[in-house]
Amino acid sequence: MRESIIMKIHYATALGAVALVAIHILFRMTQNFSESLQYQNVIANYHLLPYALMLEVVLILLSVHGFNGLRVILLELKQGIMYEKMINYGSIGAMAALIAYGSRTILMAGIGMS
Amino acid sequence: MAVETISKTPEVSVPISSNSIILRISRFNSKTDSSPTFAEFKVPVQKWTTVLEAILFVKQNLDHSVAVRYSCRQASCGSCGMQINGKPSLACYTKISELNSNVVTVEPMHNFPIIRDLAVDFKQMFATHKKMKPYIVREDSEVTPGTKEFLQTPEDVEKYLQFSYCIKCGLCNSSCPTMATDTSFIGPQGLAQAYRYVADNRDDGKKERLKIIDQSHGIWRCHFAGSCSHVCPKGVDPAMAIQLLRGYLLGFRK
Amino acid sequence: MAERMSNREGLRGMANPARYGLERVAYWLQRLSGLGLLAYLIGHIYETSSIVNGKVAWDKMLELTQTTQGHLILTLVIGMCVFHTANGIRVMLGHGGIGVGKPGQPEYPYDKSQRSATGSLNYKQRLCIWVSIALAALAMMYGMAVLFGD
Repeated sequence: MRESIIMKIHYATALGAVALVAIHILFRMTQNFSESLQYQNVIANYHLLPYALMLEVVLILLSVHGFNGLRVILLELKQGIMYEKMINYGSIGAMAALIAYGSRTILMAGIGMS
Repeated sequence: MAVETISKTPEVSVPISSNSIILRISRFNSKTDSSPTFAEFKVPVQKWTTVLEAILFVKQNLDHSVAVRYSCRQASCGSCGMQINGKPSLACYTKISELNSNVVTVEPMHNFPIIRDLAVDFKQMFATHKKMKPYIVREDSEVTPGTKEFLQTPEDVEKYLQFSYCIKCGLCNSSCPTMATDTSFIGPQGLAQAYRYVADNRDDGKKERLKIIDQSHGIWRCHFAGSCSHVCPKGVDPAMAIQLLRGYLLGFRK
Repeated sequence: MAERMSNREGLRGMANPARYGLERVAYWLQRLSGLGLLAYLIGHIYETSSIVNGKVAWDKMLELTQTTQGHLILTLVIGMCVFHTANGIRVMLGHGGIGVGKPGQPEYPYDKSQRSATGSLNYKQRLCIWVSIALAALAMMYGMAVLFGD
């Protein structure tokens, strides 16, 4: 993939994440902060389908943005064909693993498997 | 940097008064030394003495083996870039009196291989500069029979004039945070020159140049830290050129 | 030997924010906050995963994280998040060529003042950096009031 396309994705995920993380934080402000973290309240949030879907999108946006940022930093630190390949594939792998792990939580909590 | 100080005072009769400074010169020979050392020299200075003149005083009177590259002595050739008291500057364009210090330390520019002492190797920078196609790319030419000269309005010229002031001294590359670790990065010098030609309305090579810079160690490794523009001795503003150039790749400019 | 002879500044040079003005400080803060936020994201996904193990596991996790130290870390995360966002928007616009000044003929003595007046080091950029820092500080104060006010 051309670097300009990767960076456009980087910018788009940043802008998307800013808007959605703001909503995510606002959900903690709907009531007293520590109260909003109580088990039944958090579960209620996960059961709300639009919110659960939004969490999934936030998870994808932040994982892509975060690991691409880390990839950029690591590519600038050291060079070499093998190293760069490792960093590129490694960040895609880490991205996918984090999304999978986070999605498992959203799915299981959302369908009441907890 | 390991420091082994060698102090020398002039054997020739020079006025040692309050108008003298200690010039610390980094000494390193890549063929024989394992690490740089500093040699200290007492150098008489006037209000107008430049760092280059002080170094040349050392060469003429105290130690002729000091290696320094210079030519025009008027900030036009881009040969004498070095770290002066920790800041990348042209030695011929920096007056000792401006530094407000009785101790002046000169070291080779960072991010360039050292040949000897203060002289660094520009091979990679020149090769990268060449890769940017630093010339007008187009099918016809001003000398082709039946064609006319390529007229430009003052506004057309202003779009690239600033960036054509580059003297290829390498100071921007030596201050760039990405260049500090990325050996494959094009660097602010090359990218600013790519913009200089892309912004020239006589040029048809935009597509080719954008393709060259749109790679993993190309323009996207610039993070707009602005250090290159802080140190440029000719007012080129490479940081601006890079952001304007990136505008083409992001679709902000046509 | 090869790397030393190349005279590259290396990680130390890249991570040194003390030179080349406020823009370099912003670059350094952007990197640091980005790394901090990624670490927090991983930690946050891990801590919230305890909800799938039921109420006891969730409450145990809350006991661990809803402490003074946990709140201090969260305050820092709020600051990093706000700075990274605000400064990120500045950088993003700059990357598109917005707010970086207009090319003009360099004037002797070619010092930084021209680039600070009309070039990429202009006051708007510096103002945006200060605003990003101020917003981060304000958000941290508000965050502390919410977290410690409970």
